[in-house]
Amino acid sequence: MYRYDEFDAQLVHERVEQFRGQVARRLSGKLKEDEFKPLRLQNGVYLQLHAYMLRIAVPYGQLSSRKMRRLAKIARDYDRGYGHFTTRQNIQFNWVALKDIPDVLAELAEVEMHAIQTSGNCIRNTTSDHYAGATKDEIMDPRPWCEIIRQWSTFHPEFAFLPRKFKIAVTAAEHDRAAIKVHDIGLHMRQRNGETGFEVYVGGGQGRTPHIAAKVADFVPEAELLDYLEAIMRVYNRFGRRDNKFKARIKILVAETGEEEFRKLVEEEYAAQREGEKIDLPQEEIDRIHAYFTPPELAAKPATSEGFEKAKTADPAFARWTRANLHEHKVDGYTTVTVSLKPIGVAAGDATDTQMMVVAHLAETYGHDDIRVTHAQNLVLPHIALDDVYDVYRELDAAGLATPNEGLISDMIVCPGLDYCNLANARSIPVGIAIQEAFADPDDQADIGKFHINISGCINACGHHHVGHVGILGVDRKGEEYYQITLGGRADEKAAIGSIAGPGLKADDVPVALKRLVDRYRELRTSKDETFIETFEREGMDAFKEAIYAGA
Amino acid sequence: MPLIKNGQEVDDVWAYVPDEAPLSPGGCITVSLSRFRSETELLLARNTEIGVRLEPADDPQELEDHLERLALIEIDFPKYTDGRGYSQAQLLRRRYGYTGELRAVGQVLRDQILYMNRSGFDAFETERTELPSILQALEEFSAFYQPAADGAATVFARRHGKK
Repeated sequence: MYRYDEFDAQLVHERVEQFRGQVARRLSGKLKEDEFKPLRLQNGVYLQLHAYMLRIAVPYGQLSSRKMRRLAKIARDYDRGYGHFTTRQNIQFNWVALKDIPDVLAELAEVEMHAIQTSGNCIRNTTSDHYAGATKDEIMDPRPWCEIIRQWSTFHPEFAFLPRKFKIAVTAAEHDRAAIKVHDIGLHMRQRNGETGFEVYVGGGQGRTPHIAAKVADFVPEAELLDYLEAIMRVYNRFGRRDNKFKARIKILVAETGEEEFRKLVEEEYAAQREGEKIDLPQEEIDRIHAYFTPPELAAKPATSEGFEKAKTADPAFARWTRANLHEHKVDGYTTVTVSLKPIGVAAGDATDTQMMVVAHLAETYGHDDIRVTHAQNLVLPHIALDDVYDVYRELDAAGLATPNEGLISDMIVCPGLDYCNLANARSIPVGIAIQEAFADPDDQADIGKFHINISGCINACGHHHVGHVGILGVDRKGEEYYQITLGGRADEKAAIGSIAGPGLKADDVPVALKRLVDRYRELRTSKDETFIETFEREGMDAFKEAIYAGA
Repeated sequence: MPLIKNGQEVDDVWAYVPDEAPLSPGGCITVSLSRFRSETELLLARNTEIGVRLEPADDPQELEDHLERLALIEIDFPKYTDGRGYSQAQLLRRRYGYTGELRAVGQVLRDQILYMNRSGFDAFETERTELPSILQALEEFSAFYQPAADGAATVFARRHGKK
């Protein structure tokens, strides 16, 4: 894991003091709210329905035990004993008082964390594959480049007042778990003739006008990455629309300019850079940052573990959990564990301070001090020996963290919705819980297999409904909440925007409609190995649409 | 409006002449880019110093061939949330090599001045001038990750002894 050096530590400290001064000027009335707003946003502070919300960056989703314990302490001391992990691998606290925020930021700085640029019209937290550095299917570890991008984008003087927010995601695995094609910039690491570089996608996004990103470059060599990113950012900063907030994201610029023309603008800007404009990123600096991400020293072990196999036989609940929540590790005898934050009846992504402490303890004891936050709002322990999995499981289970549902129908992405958010038109959390209850039987979930339901409480799409296999969008119609169903979306390497199935349903009708949809899938699938999305892509909308509305 | 340059409050000798107004015979004047474009020869023939004011949508490249003759470029921030002026400034300083005064005008706020300074501005026309507070804003950070028009060595380079 990256560790701050004197520069990083000093800058984060200076940021805390800067914000402390800004808050003091705000509280004394010297700074007007409209002038304070972009400042607080670029420090992660939102004004929400009930209180200020603080969003803390978890760069590329990686935490240590020490960091996790500090988050638990903040939840306890400044919030109501819990935090909310987000789809961009961050964590939010919903009940922090404005006057306390500088102190919270100072506590974060002590453990090398911050809330810098987690909101506002600037470059946000760079996200990545939550299995980075552990998974068998990556060509390299993307985290060092995420860290380089983090540093380059932090306090960038030219790109702090962009037309709109800007999100970058990086993956190095064929199977894209970072949803790079629905980001403003998506980077896919590639190797060509022994050289490392990036395939560059621009203009993906969700919100009210979802777009799949366009590929603008096949291969940007690593040494040129930051200069190339600067070129994209400058084109966007100069030419992105500023007349309408809803048309200000780079996806609209790409769509309205046309992919070809946009690519030309970027290439021209890139070609025009003079030598003096290039970013001097010395090779020894690239090496220095990479050195923090050397794989943990994992003792050699056989590919199978006797204890693990025995425990599975003896404890069927454990066996079921291992089938859902483990991911193949690149080293024999080890596995990657998903800690589900989606037990039935709890808002997706919420964790209590006690649960955070448990995860911190497990990471420290068994997991090489490594914890990840996933884009699906779960946690991950990337490096667990098979021999230890049962011990880990039992501690997780005792803390309510062993729901066996990773990637299954009850593992939904759900935005906070009308219960917390002042943008929402409809509630999301209760609908999500009602669906979970309809599919509560773990055997039933296992039989259904991979199935992504994403729920958003308004068209801003924070719940990623466009890219859910089943997307659910809450809308308000004359004071009543309705839920529009989309089918066929996906956020992976075959990214697609879901299509609307038909008229919106009332909240109470959603779970039963999904029951019928799932039954139809079971009738139509060629075998248990064919996932819902595959069946949908083969069969098309009509068969499923009919099932959804059969009861209407 | 008070003007701050090189860490001091200074007298402003410049006047912006709106497009519809006649050009005064003497004195230092700035005009819009469109006026500069349509009256280039007339303006360059004056015996006075000349400046141009850029609006956010203006392309600073249009000034590239005249930079040596320009003593002032003003970049307007009609709204402080419109960040196009930062790119205009970086282009003028780093790509086109402009060395004269680069002044931020419009909604220029204390908490934007550090980024403006990094982007190449050396003068700020600001409504609520609290000089000590503005000087403090320029000192809030001791290092920078990315290169900018201010020429400060980056953290990437400083880590390896480069200045």
